[in-house]
Amino acid sequence: MKIKTYTMPTDLEEAYQLLQEKDAGIIAGGAWLKLLPKTLTQGIDLSGLKLDTINETEENYTIGSMVTLRQIETHTSLGTYMDGVLQEAISHIMGVPIRNIATIGGTVAGRFGFSDLLTPLLALKANLVFYKKGQVTLESYLKEALKEKDILLQIIIKKEYGKAHYTTVKKTANDFPILNVSITKIGTHFRVAVGARPSAAVLATKTMAYLNENKTLSDDIIEKAAKIAVEEISFGSNARGSKAYRTQLCKVLVERGIKEVAYENTN
Amino acid sequence: MKTQIKINGKIRTFEVEPDEYLVDTLRKHHYYSVKKGCDTSSCGVCTVLLDGKPIASCSYLSVKANGHAVTTVEAIEEEATILAKLFGKEGADQCGFCNPGLALTVYAMKKELNNPTDEDIRTYLVGNLCRCSGYVSQHRAIKAYMEVI
Repeated sequence: MKIKTYTMPTDLEEAYQLLQEKDAGIIAGGAWLKLLPKTLTQGIDLSGLKLDTINETEENYTIGSMVTLRQIETHTSLGTYMDGVLQEAISHIMGVPIRNIATIGGTVAGRFGFSDLLTPLLALKANLVFYKKGQVTLESYLKEALKEKDILLQIIIKKEYGKAHYTTVKKTANDFPILNVSITKIGTHFRVAVGARPSAAVLATKTMAYLNENKTLSDDIIEKAAKIAVEEISFGSNARGSKAYRTQLCKVLVERGIKEVAYENTN
Repeated sequence: MKTQIKINGKIRTFEVEPDEYLVDTLRKHHYYSVKKGCDTSSCGVCTVLLDGKPIASCSYLSVKANGHAVTTVEAIEEEATILAKLFGKEGADQCGFCNPGLALTVYAMKKELNNPTDEDIRTYLVGNLCRCSGYVSQHRAIKAYMEVI
């Protein structure tokens, strides 16, 4: 990516006004800028807006959009929340030197298909707070980006307690995923998210409905749920894996993930 | 753009492009221990410490470093020497291209982690690749370094 002008505003409204200029764009951590074939006439760095803290209340975690992946990974409470599912997902993202740069806001706003983090965030029912638009669900944002340019301020995770699972398949430890799966179980309610399809993560809503209507789970029901997942989710091919391979992987990973959260005691 | 960075304790002012990366700025100004490898954050040879934390300087804009402290391996000479001797003892070294970045990450890890397990060490260092050693001898040397007070 080429950047013609760089600004680090300390006022949110100023940042928003700059963003409205033609070909203006936001720079978060900047870790994946090189992957974007684009020229920004105005690069707006959010580092001056104090969006780099994690706040915890009894109900929520509120994560500033400029919080680095390493901050989340090493946060004593958020890192270990729900079986440490975020820590597990983040620990697979290249090395510590890049996780000290990449931010949660950059990952979410970029809606990157290769993301290891979007998948568990979707399973954890994360909400996003934008400066003008206000609160939207991550699920809706991943389906369709906002029509107007806006600034992502926070990611909110409502505290719920249950089981969570994350798994990813990569060719090498430092590569992007071929496929990743995250599953949560809160009480008797399942959420199943599949990412790196290679498009951005999605919820397997029919699979979730099927699991949630069955009061007692068995291996047969779980196997059928995994079949529903591969039927309802669309997959594609890229240099890392074919559509057929991803389809096979998805079935196996979803089945294993459901078994892991379904058959163990809740917290 | 004018960018002021404290490098190895000394404040330096550079004129940088808005899309210039820290590895290029540093090398342009003769900090040659900072290597340029994959240029896509994968190999770790460009690692420097930013305010004490390891970062991939190939993926960090120079303008973002304005007002921050950057440490290259030259500033941790004593610790790097201890690690180098352990590398020699364990036969963990060959071409040496990855060593400056690896030494900085290991140095940061020692400060950050208390009594890391073998798995902790492997996980922390996954972003620093070495194409010569095969990692086993490196791991022995790094483990010994973690025990040096």
